[in-house]
Amino acid sequence: MSTENSANVSRRQFITGAATAVAGLTVAPGVFLLKTAGAANGADPATRWGLLIDTSKCADGCTACVRACHEENGVRSLGRPKTDAQWIRKVNLTERETGHQHSLPVMCQHCEKPPCVDVCPTKASFIRPDGIVLVNKHTCIGCRYCMMACPYKARSFIHEPLTDQKPHSPRGKGTVESCTLCVHKVDRGEGTTACVEACNKDGHRAMVFGDLNDPSSEIAQRLKQEGSTAVRADLRLNPAVRYQGI
Amino acid sequence: MTAKTHFTEIEGRSPGYLALLAGLAVLIGLGLLAAVLKGTHGHYITGMNNQVVWGLPHIFAIFLIVAASGALNAASFSSVFGRVAYKPLARLSGLLAMTLLIGGLVILVLDLGRPDRLIVAMTHYNFKSIFAWNILLYTGFLAVVAVYLWFMMERRMNSYVPVAGYVAFLWRLILTTGTGSIFGFLVAREAYDAAILAPMFIAMSFSLGMAVFILVVMATFAGTERPLGDLILRRMKNLLGIFVAGVLYFVLAYHLTNLYATRLHGIEAFVLLNGGIYTFLFWFVQIGLGSILPLVLLFHPVWSRARRVIAAAAGLVIAGGLAQLYVIVIGGQAYPLDLFPGYDMSSSFFDGVVATYTPSLPELMLGLGGTAFAFLLLAVVMKFLRILPTSLADDKVDPQVSSTPSTAQSAPAGA
Repeated sequence: MSTENSANVSRRQFITGAATAVAGLTVAPGVFLLKTAGAANGADPATRWGLLIDTSKCADGCTACVRACHEENGVRSLGRPKTDAQWIRKVNLTERETGHQHSLPVMCQHCEKPPCVDVCPTKASFIRPDGIVLVNKHTCIGCRYCMMACPYKARSFIHEPLTDQKPHSPRGKGTVESCTLCVHKVDRGEGTTACVEACNKDGHRAMVFGDLNDPSSEIAQRLKQEGSTAVRADLRLNPAVRYQGI
Repeated sequence: MTAKTHFTEIEGRSPGYLALLAGLAVLIGLGLLAAVLKGTHGHYITGMNNQVVWGLPHIFAIFLIVAASGALNAASFSSVFGRVAYKPLARLSGLLAMTLLIGGLVILVLDLGRPDRLIVAMTHYNFKSIFAWNILLYTGFLAVVAVYLWFMMERRMNSYVPVAGYVAFLWRLILTTGTGSIFGFLVAREAYDAAILAPMFIAMSFSLGMAVFILVVMATFAGTERPLGDLILRRMKNLLGIFVAGVLYFVLAYHLTNLYATRLHGIEAFVLLNGGIYTFLFWFVQIGLGSILPLVLLFHPVWSRARRVIAAAAGLVIAGGLAQLYVIVIGGQAYPLDLFPGYDMSSSFFDGVVATYTPSLPELMLGLGGTAFAFLLLAVVMKFLRILPTSLADDKVDPQVSSTPSTAQSAPAGA
């Protein structure tokens, strides 16, 4: 705009300009604060956190990962198996043709294209830039549509009032929850999860946590050299949890 | 044109009317009690669990929402398809559509884990979610039908009724597509993930909405002692029969398609052969009592002349619809997810086993409470607005029949 015209800006231009400014001021803090918060939480879009589970090393009857996860995140049984939350569970498999048996842990598979995020009406189910799929406990309305949509039965609904939750693991009646990939540990830079720590401590070393996008990481190298299977690969959801030996 | 139709409010002072209101109020109270109990103690007091996450309240809610769309049939036939015989019933049709939808939505909201966060659902939209789309479709439907009703009832606006009728008709088709797609879009579960669920739900809305509407018309005209001729009833019962056959067609196409795919033989065997309560509900209630028997009753040359038979057929269609929704919603969840094809699974989280679900009293109370709320709204609005025509005697529906000696004499069914 030339200087001689600037004095007689039309009313419409003024209103448009003012509206743009107000809109900008309204939206900008949200955008930038979100960015800062994301960065502060270590949600780096260049990384993609994932797990590799070698089922040949996963011992039958061992539930160390399950106990560690539930201890870490304050998930306790209330003595009602049908409504108790389980963030991770040991699944026993028997091949129908051969009778071959083995067991493995199943938890949220942190899909690249998560159906739970697609169907959530309020965007409470969301995926972080670093690939971790979470539930925003402030905006989950408890409709359970994500539980209908999850192909892995990874989510639990909180069916009764809870007390003594862990500060780093917010949980509450009437909302849905699942494995957070120990996001609090990841954001503290610990580079591991409770389940992986427990598995290593017991000497099984069946689970590896790491950055799938970092070619030098153990998980990326083993996936490249040894190969892996995605559960329900037919759905093309590209889960960040991979298995060997299925 | 038909003879001039007069609409009046219902008197609303009779002991029967007051008893009806009182009965509905009691049911609503029980529904609210169930909601409070669930809010205090959590969902563990219901039969729902981490395996079957949607239960009886959802059956009631989906039934009411689907029937709401179909309750608009009469209005659509009049405004969109030019069937003047239905014009006197268009107001009741629109009002019933609105109240049924409100009843269904109340149940859905009160069943949320956090009903107090309704405002979140209204302010945070995920436009990739068919659920979020449905929130807009439901509220939009209420607005569209409200305007449609206003155009019908306000003489100055009468000329716009056809336009509003078209919009409402298209909206109801989209709305029920959305309801069916709640299941149709679920890729994870074998019973869902099928495009045919959307048109199947539309067909269900036509039949269930018509069944409810026939019963409401018969009850309100009997209750207010207004004449109701056989002509309009006969038309409606014939249409109901066609709609029931339409639903059967979609059910047949759905199962035949699934039976062709080997990977879906498990879920098909579960529903059709060895699913216990779900197999029973499918064959005995949905197909036998809810489809075949009503078809026989509605098209039998002699039986179908009796009003009791028409009412019974409509009631059976409703029972069949509830059974169908139970099989779809609960049966679809009870059948285990197949995470590892070719393997038998077991775990402490009920992997690989058919999930158990026993509906609880609070769920029934909530479902009946929402249903009662729908009918309470209907009854109250009819007292204050001119919804009901004073007469639906045959000569009012079609002046040409006034030359025939008796309106009580029924022509053969199918006429």
